[in-house]
Formats: sequence, structure tokens, C-alpha cells
Amino acid sequence: MSPLTYIIGWPFFAAILLLLVPRNFRPVLRAVAILATFISAVLALKMFLQFHTGALGYQFEQQIPWVTRLGISYHVGVDGINVGLILMGAIVAFASACVSWEIKERDKEFYILLLVMTGGILGAFASLDLFFFYFFHELALVPTFIMIGVWGRGEQKNYATFQITLYLSIGALIALIGLIALYLQAGANTFDIPELAKHIREHPLATGAQNFIFPLLLFGFGILVSLWPFHTWAPLGYASAPTATAMLHAGVLKKFGLYGLIRIALPLLPQAAQHWTPILAWLCLGNLVYCGWVAMRQKDFNRLIGYSSVAHMGFVFLGIATLNVIGVTGAVLVMIAHGFLAALTFGLSGYLYQQTGTLQIDRLGGLLRRLPFIGGALMMAAFAGCGLPGFANFAGEITVFFGAWKVFPVVTVLACWGALIIGAVYMLRAIRALLHGPLPDQWAGVADAHFWRKVPFILLLACLLLFGCFPRLLTDKIVPSVKENAVVILLNR
Amino acid sequence: MNLLLLNHELLVLALALGLLLVDLWLPLPAKRKLGYVAAIGVGLILLYSLFCVKLPSGQPVQYAFGQMYALDPLALFFKRFFLLAALIVLLMSVEFADRITAGISEFYALILIALLGMLFASSANDFALLFVSMELITVTFYVLTSFQRARVTSLEAGVKYLIIGALSTAFTVFGIALVYGISHTLNFGQLSSVAAQFGGNPIFLFGLVFVLVGLGFKIVAFPFQIWAPDVYQGAPTPVTAFLAIGSKAAGFALLLRVLFIAVPNITAHWSNLLIIISGFSILYGNLCAIPQRNLKRLLGYSSIAHAGYMLLGVAALSADGRSAVLYYLSGYLFTVLAAFTVICLVLRQADGEDLSGLAGLHRRAPLLAAALTLAMASLAGIPPLAGFFGKFLLLKAVIAQAPLQPGYYCLAFTALAGVVISLYYYFGVVRAIYWADDPTDLSPILISKPIRISIYACLAGMLYLGLFPSCMLDLATQAVKLLR
Repeated sequence: MSPLTYIIGWPFFAAILLLLVPRNFRPVLRAVAILATFISAVLALKMFLQFHTGALGYQFEQQIPWVTRLGISYHVGVDGINVGLILMGAIVAFASACVSWEIKERDKEFYILLLVMTGGILGAFASLDLFFFYFFHELALVPTFIMIGVWGRGEQKNYATFQITLYLSIGALIALIGLIALYLQAGANTFDIPELAKHIREHPLATGAQNFIFPLLLFGFGILVSLWPFHTWAPLGYASAPTATAMLHAGVLKKFGLYGLIRIALPLLPQAAQHWTPILAWLCLGNLVYCGWVAMRQKDFNRLIGYSSVAHMGFVFLGIATLNVIGVTGAVLVMIAHGFLAALTFGLSGYLYQQTGTLQIDRLGGLLRRLPFIGGALMMAAFAGCGLPGFANFAGEITVFFGAWKVFPVVTVLACWGALIIGAVYMLRAIRALLHGPLPDQWAGVADAHFWRKVPFILLLACLLLFGCFPRLLTDKIVPSVKENAVVILLNR
Repeated sequence: MNLLLLNHELLVLALALGLLLVDLWLPLPAKRKLGYVAAIGVGLILLYSLFCVKLPSGQPVQYAFGQMYALDPLALFFKRFFLLAALIVLLMSVEFADRITAGISEFYALILIALLGMLFASSANDFALLFVSMELITVTFYVLTSFQRARVTSLEAGVKYLIIGALSTAFTVFGIALVYGISHTLNFGQLSSVAAQFGGNPIFLFGLVFVLVGLGFKIVAFPFQIWAPDVYQGAPTPVTAFLAIGSKAAGFALLLRVLFIAVPNITAHWSNLLIIISGFSILYGNLCAIPQRNLKRLLGYSSIAHAGYMLLGVAALSADGRSAVLYYLSGYLFTVLAAFTVICLVLRQADGEDLSGLAGLHRRAPLLAAALTLAMASLAGIPPLAGFFGKFLLLKAVIAQAPLQPGYYCLAFTALAGVVISLYYYFGVVRAIYWADDPTDLSPILISKPIRISIYACLAGMLYLGLFPSCMLDLATQAVKLLR
């Protein structure tokens, strides 16, 4: 059995276990959820450390035939691209289980959904089979909608649930049509990604078919990742979501679409990728500049970080659009870094909301005096979001820019100026308004996190700093896999 | 002639008549229990069918009555399907019996006779048997629909069903007459060898289209759907359930036989027609379901949409598409029966089938709440339930044909839009169960043992088909092998 099966399986197993726990055993419910995600995180860390850096092909593979008639099998495995993502996903899942103490009612259902979502996310990133790749993603998506609908906050909760459900279902289904079309066009009667890649390398798809399937995948996955102009669901959705859901979705689940582009769309549809990526490069400016601009005008802190997380996706799209090793490596690095960062910021804003009951920026102020730890962590998160060296985001973003400079010089210049400066402006302004200045009397009673509540934030910050100071821990793994996976397109760049 | 080929039908007929006879000697209070006898009988016939009936391997099709009646893998698949459906419907009827003032034994017997019609329909290899079996089903349902004589809505539903049903019967019989007039044969086998030469004959084609009208009425496809919401709402709940699954599946069995055994050469040119019917059914059903507050009516509209989804597989005109239809139907069986069983138990007041009646269900009966939730999720096509894999197969079959005819891409996107729309109202039902504001009635609901078992069976079926589709997919593929 591959360790991946355990990493995916534990959350599902714990979810079934929770079904049997009576609902008034609240500490037990919480303990089971935290323990299961903790085990997954430890196993993911172990796998990350055991990963044979530089080796070609997939590691920790396991394959069980499922529907042989259609060539579907449960096939999991990791290479340099997804090993880091799985580690990030498992750690974020653990952190989000930890911060869920805020859920006071119907907590049994909440933890079950959280665990199903975790298992689905990790399964989607570990799958090497198109069908299961999609299947696990759907499995994670549905709990997201329910969690926002039930435990969400704010007046616009229902509208937000409706909007996010509509957008993400449409995105997922468009991508599904693209994936099925890809499977049928390849004609290899297999959903297995490595086999499909091999088959397509030998018999490339006709350009017409590629040009038809690629936009389906690009926009289907793009909607899932809040590609401009399909991003409107994200800020409102995250502002209305319970903390853990926002952390898991913004941090991890959203990366599914990007991962799909890197893992499936680029290597399997290389000609179409070359055709469509210049368009993607310009669209990503919409994310970086336009959404950053919108973020500056936000009055609600949660919406602000929602827009900032949409803006950050622009870096990844730019990295993917370069179609060269440096750019795609940078994109994967940003994905991992942003996962930690988004989880951290949403976790901290959730804590603030718990303490104050509002996230209106103009109603808060001077909180650093009352919340030295949370405030300090928030400041570090803001710096990481601005791309300060030392945090993992910096490493990823600079790599993307290096990769993009050769291919899209104009876009890169605009992105650098626009994104980095605008990002610094809104982040620092928000920090000043929230943490500094006079402390309104009504917030004199807010309390800082005690030790156990600090754990998830410390963990996420530590990861950001670790991969920021030693990005080679990731890049050494990513580069060979990117080269191997996308070998077809990268030849002529 | 080989009468023994009809063993399913003969056994069910004997059971139905036996039930009516036994009724004469039974005291009134014991009559309700006759439903269990009927259910056990159907269960035994199902077991007999599963373990004792085998088609000889060298000779996949056996005929009786001068090739009027065919026993092939497709027929056997549908016969088991109908037996299972009837079994669960009968158990549901026993729960419903207290709401039927008189003639409960006849109610059970009529369900068995409708089942008999479905069993014949699955074997129809001739337009005459097609017509007779369709009428047997439809006429039985006229009576069943209006069985609650004291309820105006039930009577209204019966009359509506009667008028539109009679109209569609007229179309069918007229169509059959035209087909016979041109081709001088009613038999599907003979028709298939001569149909090609009438491909350009407008009268022959009109005849076939008229037959399709009758079948469209049975499967509740657009534009023959108009009766469905009213009848689904007004009919007694077990009848609605049997109408939703049995009658629809019988329609599909006949449709597959007519299109792909009788006139495959002509069907090959009908992709556009089928695409349009399928697409409009999906859109109409889903859009109209949005504002519904009555749960049975909502499921009536959803039934139109699901007919559209299943027509995706028919419209694909491929073996993959046809096996996907059978797969989807099997998933639909468990899903719909689970939903109607819950409705039958929970919404007891005649006109209280409003969604608000579900409020607080998760506290009154967690099992029923979970069953209805999973049924809605499966109808919406959420993994890991049967509906997800079924929709996946149907979409795959349609997209596979798309390079030949771009219309299929439009159809795939229509289906996609339908799925997204349907999420809204299915989740509306789930929300009514778990998050309604003021549940008025919090009395626990008693669930008898047989009905509990049937709910567990439906849940297991939904999950099994979603998680381990391999086995059923093989069965479905075997069953459609003889279709062209």
C-alpha cells in the first residue's frame, strides 16, 4: 500500500468514524478530526522527506483497477510537482481542523464535512487517473458549498453560497467535458494520466481537437481558480465562509485547477497551449492589477484578503503561460507558498472575527496592543503577501518573473509594477488601520490566542519561512518533474 | 410455441389473481397485510429469475408466439429491474394502505398487473405486443392514479392522465397502422430487414414518429410531458413512485427496441430529432422545477429532466450510449424509490406535500432524512452516488459522437446547464430538511421493519452503483449487445 492511500484514507475513515460518535461528545468529535488530519500531515511530511529528489517518474505509486471496461483505475503517485502540494494540503487541513473551535453548533456535521473535504482535496492532488482526479475534486467541492451555506457568516451568506455553487459547478462541469473529450480524442481507452501522456507523445492529437479541448480546460479550471473575469465568486464566498472552509478552499482546493493545467492541459495539449497562453498572460494581468486595485477599495478585511488571494493567482497563471521550466517551476512554488499564506491570513482574520464580531476595517484599530501574537502574525502574513524576501512567496514570484521576462516582457513589467506596488499598498494600509492607531474602547476586552490556538498559525508561518529561506527544498524536486512532464512543449522555448 | 419462456409473466399473473381470490376469504383488518404476501411473492419470482433463469449460451434470443415475444438479455435485464421496483413499491403501498379507504387488495393486485404489463413490454418484439403491453400498463395506471376516490386531486390526476393517455394511445395506434399499411409487417425482426427501403416514404416515417409520440408520453419527454407534474402530485405516493420508475423504464425498454431493433437504419438519421427532444426535456424539466414547493410535483418536473438525461444515451446512437441508459435507469431506480418511500412515510396529509413538511425531519427520523438527502444528491449527480457515474457515462457517450456531429456538443452543454440548475432545487429540498426555521411537528416517525430494510437496500444500491460500477456496467453492456 502506498503511503498516499493512507494520507487520503485517514480523513475519510475518520469521517465515517465520526458518524458513529454521538453528537454530545463534542471534545471527541474535535479530537478525532484533529488527530486524523494530524496523521495525514505527518504521513505527508514523511513522504516528502523520503521522496527521492531528482529521480524520474512517479514515486509511491499504487494502482487498483476500478472499471476495466473504460480504463479507469484508482492510481495514485507523486512526482516533484504534487509532492509539495500534498504536504501543503495536509498541513493546511490540520491547521483548519485546529481553528474550527469557533464552530459551536452542529459541529458533528461540520467535522464530517471538513474531513470529507480534506480527503477529497488530497485525493485530487494524488490521483494519476483523470476520472479520480475529477471525482475527488467533486467530493471536496460539495462540502464547501454546504459549509458556506450552513455555518457561513454575514448577511449575504445565502447569496454567496448560491454564487459560489453556481460558478464552481459550471467550472467543474466545463472541465469535465474537456477531460472526457481529451480521453475520447486520445483513443487510448485509458484514464490513466501517465499512460495517456505516453500515448499522446507517440500519437499527438490533431491541432483542431487540441484547440477545441484546451479552452474547455483553461476556462473550466480557470473558473475554479478565479481567473479574471470569472473571479467574482471568490471574495464574497471567502468573506462568507467559515474560517476553516476559507482556509482549505483558498489555500488548497483552489489550486486544483492550476494543478490540472500543469499536469494535464500543458503536457497533453502542447500545440494548443502555445496558441492560448498569450491570451492567458493578458488575462492574468486582470487578476494581478485589476483585482489588486479592487482590493485597495475594500472596507471589509475578509473581502480584502479574498481579492488579494484572487490577485495572487495571477502570478501562477503568468508562470503557467510562460511554458518554460523556470516559469512553471515558479508557478508551482507560488501555489505552495500561497496555500500556506492564504490559510494563514484567513485563519487570522477568522480569529479576529471571533474576537470582535466584525471585520470592517474602519471600526477596528490599535489591536496590536491587545493581540501581540495574532497581530504580529498578521503583519508577517501581510509582508509575505507583499512578496518580502524570506517568505516562500518571494521565491515563487521572483522565479515566475524570471521565467516570464523572456516571453512576455510587457506583461511582466506591468505585473511587477502593478501587482507588487498595489499589493504593498493595500496590505500595509490594512495593517495600519487594523493594528495601529488608537484602540477603540469597545475592543479593550479582546484576548490574544493562548498556546494551543497559536499552534496552527505558528506552523503555517514556519512553513512560509522555511520554504522562503530554503526554496531549494521544493525546486530541486519540482524542476526535474516539470522538465519530464512537459518535455514536449518546452523544447522550443 | 414456447409457453415456458413466459414464466415471469405467468408467475406474476398467478400471484395477482391469487391475491384477488384470497381477498374474498380474508377479514378486513388482515387485508392490509396482503401487500406483504404480494411483496414476498414478487421477491421469490425475482430470486427465481436471478438464479434459475438463464439464457442458453449458444442462442441468446428465444422467441415465443411467432416471434412476437422475445426473451433476450435486454428483456431479462428489464424484467429483473421491474420486479425489484415492484417489490419496493409494494412495501411502500403497505405503509400507504391506511390512506386508502376501500379496495386495498385490488390496489395491490393492480400494481401486480401493471408489473405484468411492464414484463411484457420488456419482451415486446412486435408492434401488437408493444401496443397491448403499453395499454395494459397505462389502463392500470388510470385506475391506480385515481384510487383515492375521496381526494379531488387524485381524481383530477386520474382524469388528466386518462385524457392525455388516450390521446397518445390514439397516436400510437394510428402510427402502427401506418407502419403496417406500408410495410405489411408488425414484427420488429421482419421490419428491420425491410425498413431501409421505406426510408424515404413519408407515410412510413409519419407512422414511426407517431409511435414515438406514444413512447414519449410514457417516458415523459418534452413535448409530451404536460401530464407529469399534475399526475405525480395527485396520484397516491406508491403509484407515483411506480409511475416514475416502472412506467418510464418500460417506455425506455420499448423505445430501445423500436429504435434499435425494428428500424435501426432509419434511427441512424434521427440524431437531430433525438438531440432536440433530449435537450428540451432537460431544460424544461429543470427550469420548471425551480419554483416548485410541492415535493411530488418537484419530482415530476425532475422526472422530465431525467428522461432528457437518459435520452442523451439514446441520442448518442451508440452501444456505449445505450448501456449508459440502462446504467442510469438502475441508479434512478434506487434513487427515486428511496425518495418516494420517504415522502410516503413523512408527508402523510393529503395536501401537505409541501417542502415545509420536511422541516425538522433530521430530528424526527435521521434515517429518512439521510435517505432523502442522498437521493437528492444522487439525482443531482454528486459523487460518490449512482447518479454521478450514470451522468458521467451519458456525457461520455454524447461527447464521443461529437466529432461526427457538432450538435452533440450543444447537447452536452445543455445537459451541463441542466445539472447546474438542478443543484438549486435539489439543495432546496436538503435545506428544507436540515435548516428550516420553525419545525412545527417534532413527533418521531415510526418506521416498520420491512420499509426500513427497503430503505437500506435503496441506499446500498445507490452507493454500490456509485462506488463499484464495474459489475452493473458489464451487465448493461451485455444487455444492449443485440441492439444495433
